[in-house]
Amino acid sequence: MALRRSLKYINGAVKMFPSNLKQACKNYSDCPNFPGAKTTWTEQLQFTKPSSYAPIPVYRVLNRKGQVAAQQMEPNLSEDVLVKMYKTMTTLNIMDKILYESQRQGRISFYMTSYGEEATHIGSAAALDLDDLVYGQYRETGVLMYRGFTLQQFVDQCYGNIDDKGKGKQMPVHYGSKELNFVTISSPLGTQMPQAVGSAYALKGTERVVICYFGDGTASEGDAHAAFNFAATLGCPVIFFCRNNGYAISTPVSQQYKGDGIAAKGPSYGINTLRIDGNDVLAVYNATKLAKEFSISEKKPVLIEALTYRVGDHSTSDDSSSYRSMEEVSNWATSDHPTKKFRLYLQSKGFWSDEKETALITEAKNDILTAFSLGEQKTKHKWTEMYEDVYKFIPPHIKKQQDDMKKHLEKYGKHYSLSSFKQ
Amino acid sequence: MALNSARKIAEKCGKCAERRWFSHFAYSPDENVNIAGEKAKMNMFQAINNALDSALRTDSKAIVFGEDVGFGGVFRCTLDLQKKYGKERVFNTPLCEQGIVGFGIGAAAAGLTSIAEIQFADYIFPAFDQLVNEAAKYRYRSGSLFDCGRLTVRAPCGAVGHGALYHSQSPEAYFAHTPGLKVIVPRGPIKAKGLLLSCIRDPDPCLIFEPKVLYRAAVEEVPLNDYQLPLGKADVLVKGSDLTLIGWGTQVHVLKEVAALLKRDYQVSAEVIDLVSILPWDVETVCQSAGKTGRVLVAHEAPLTAGFGAEIAATIQENCFLSLLAPVCRVTGADTPFPHVFEPLYLPTKWRCLDAALQLINY
Repeated sequence: MALRRSLKYINGAVKMFPSNLKQACKNYSDCPNFPGAKTTWTEQLQFTKPSSYAPIPVYRVLNRKGQVAAQQMEPNLSEDVLVKMYKTMTTLNIMDKILYESQRQGRISFYMTSYGEEATHIGSAAALDLDDLVYGQYRETGVLMYRGFTLQQFVDQCYGNIDDKGKGKQMPVHYGSKELNFVTISSPLGTQMPQAVGSAYALKGTERVVICYFGDGTASEGDAHAAFNFAATLGCPVIFFCRNNGYAISTPVSQQYKGDGIAAKGPSYGINTLRIDGNDVLAVYNATKLAKEFSISEKKPVLIEALTYRVGDHSTSDDSSSYRSMEEVSNWATSDHPTKKFRLYLQSKGFWSDEKETALITEAKNDILTAFSLGEQKTKHKWTEMYEDVYKFIPPHIKKQQDDMKKHLEKYGKHYSLSSFKQ
Repeated sequence: MALNSARKIAEKCGKCAERRWFSHFAYSPDENVNIAGEKAKMNMFQAINNALDSALRTDSKAIVFGEDVGFGGVFRCTLDLQKKYGKERVFNTPLCEQGIVGFGIGAAAAGLTSIAEIQFADYIFPAFDQLVNEAAKYRYRSGSLFDCGRLTVRAPCGAVGHGALYHSQSPEAYFAHTPGLKVIVPRGPIKAKGLLLSCIRDPDPCLIFEPKVLYRAAVEEVPLNDYQLPLGKADVLVKGSDLTLIGWGTQVHVLKEVAALLKRDYQVSAEVIDLVSILPWDVETVCQSAGKTGRVLVAHEAPLTAGFGAEIAATIQENCFLSLLAPVCRVTGADTPFPHVFEPLYLPTKWRCLDAALQLINY
């Protein structure tokens, strides 16, 4: 409760408009009564400029040394929860390294790491319940991991093998889980945003909230505009969670927008907004917690902009050294790194040690390598699966195409790698 | 003053107005409709309103939304529904088509029966990505973990006499190329009600294009009961033996007139088929007829090149090659944008269809 009050205070401190327009209007004999805006007159002909507002400040709990900057901001989390958060961040990091390498060896076709953004995933996931519905972009692997998606499930999806619940139809990293309320990822950017709003409309009036993750680049898509506006006008309990990591592939944010980041868009849509340190897992936790409470009780959206840095390449198909300096990257990888910062905090509380760290790394590596070799050996779904799930029931014209392929394979099967599919 | 003089001119020129807004088709109501229960005279917008009412009444999870649907819709299809079912279930959205369809997909994925309206089919293109990359592929890409089968998108389509480029389009062929969607076009009130209810309750995302010129022009005795008509099934409306005429939407009525002219003036027996469903389409009914008559004319308002007629023609020649007595013929809109003052020349009128049909007979 104390936490919520103080967070509200900070939220209120950046308010720049008169809270009671009626009051302000009383000073005028003729208030404007245009339907398009509720406001006052002015006789000053002047632009409202980007510089007319102070930039929205970045909320943090931990400083760069992993110390709590203001005591009343420390969330009251148990050792168990804090350690689970840390272990997930570290395990995510190790899984990323191994799967990235395996792509480099040509064993899986594609991969995307989450380096540097671990805190945004884990802090927000820890603040939500399993019932809350997640729409992601693609770099939210840690959210799924925190919710209980197993290492084997990650590997199986990347291989598209028989145990992939997505049945091998999508590229690696396009995870989904019905049990964990994590809507299957798709490649087109921003499309998940108005969808998340529609789902939030469906959940309105329940204790559940929808969280929708997206990057700073995606915020430029038309669907982002649609989503913000629909969520506000239709009163939807959705948390828009922007991972502003400075780059969309090679495009720096200076070529993405000219305003005060993504956060400044929120109030213009009538959306309560928080800008936070995305490398501070406790700040992410507090912000998401407050956003959920507010969204459910007020039936309104919240926008969170988590400032962070994409330490890894965009994907395995990208070499980021061709558009940014390695010095810049290594600065972020060493100082202010979310996992390192959080570890310092845990150590100061006596919840973590070098011994525990070594044991965790060894165990995580073993677990991932075991899952990896198991996943690699598994067969793929039967080839007929390709024609399933287009519609709920297979229509005649698709059935015919499946039958034609069967006949083709009877004659020419030896030219296809049929042995890798289930018979 | 200006208004009065405008009124006077309009009164004087009643006949020129008639000429200007002339209809390129004569509506023929469905006969022998085998649906039990009471019937009432309705035009197509009333039948659609009746279907939406039924959907909202029988399914507490159903919602209806889009631009201006709250006050009844610019074509009156959602009239009184907000009064009856409340603002939470029938509501206006901001003016943004990609938002409307994206919102509808998400609502459907979370369990609501979403019935979205796009004000004109011409304005569905901003939602093309959401329909083609998202709605159509939702089930497939997730291995059936998630789906948006409870989504239906309604959009007025087709020529209306003076709609020009952006109030006349027939975009069905764009969507026919998209596995995962179902695409439907009704020819009148009875079909519109039954097909719309089927779309709403179908487990796959459906697009239903409603020929807007029929909203008021088409009047029929529509059953008041809740009924559904099959998707993916064509209707043989007129039986014949010399020639098969295939169309959908308003064009069906043009083809029925052509069949009557062929019979009366040329003693040619034409079979008329309403395709009804563009995706998946009824290959069996079409090929059975083509195999029997050996001559096929497909007519649609949309442009020729890569229009859905091309798909039908290719399939017929593949399946009925030995039965064909003449090449499959297509009579369609021109490969131009849909024009304003030239509309009468653009459309596949009964005279263009008749001309082509006689060429097929004399081939």
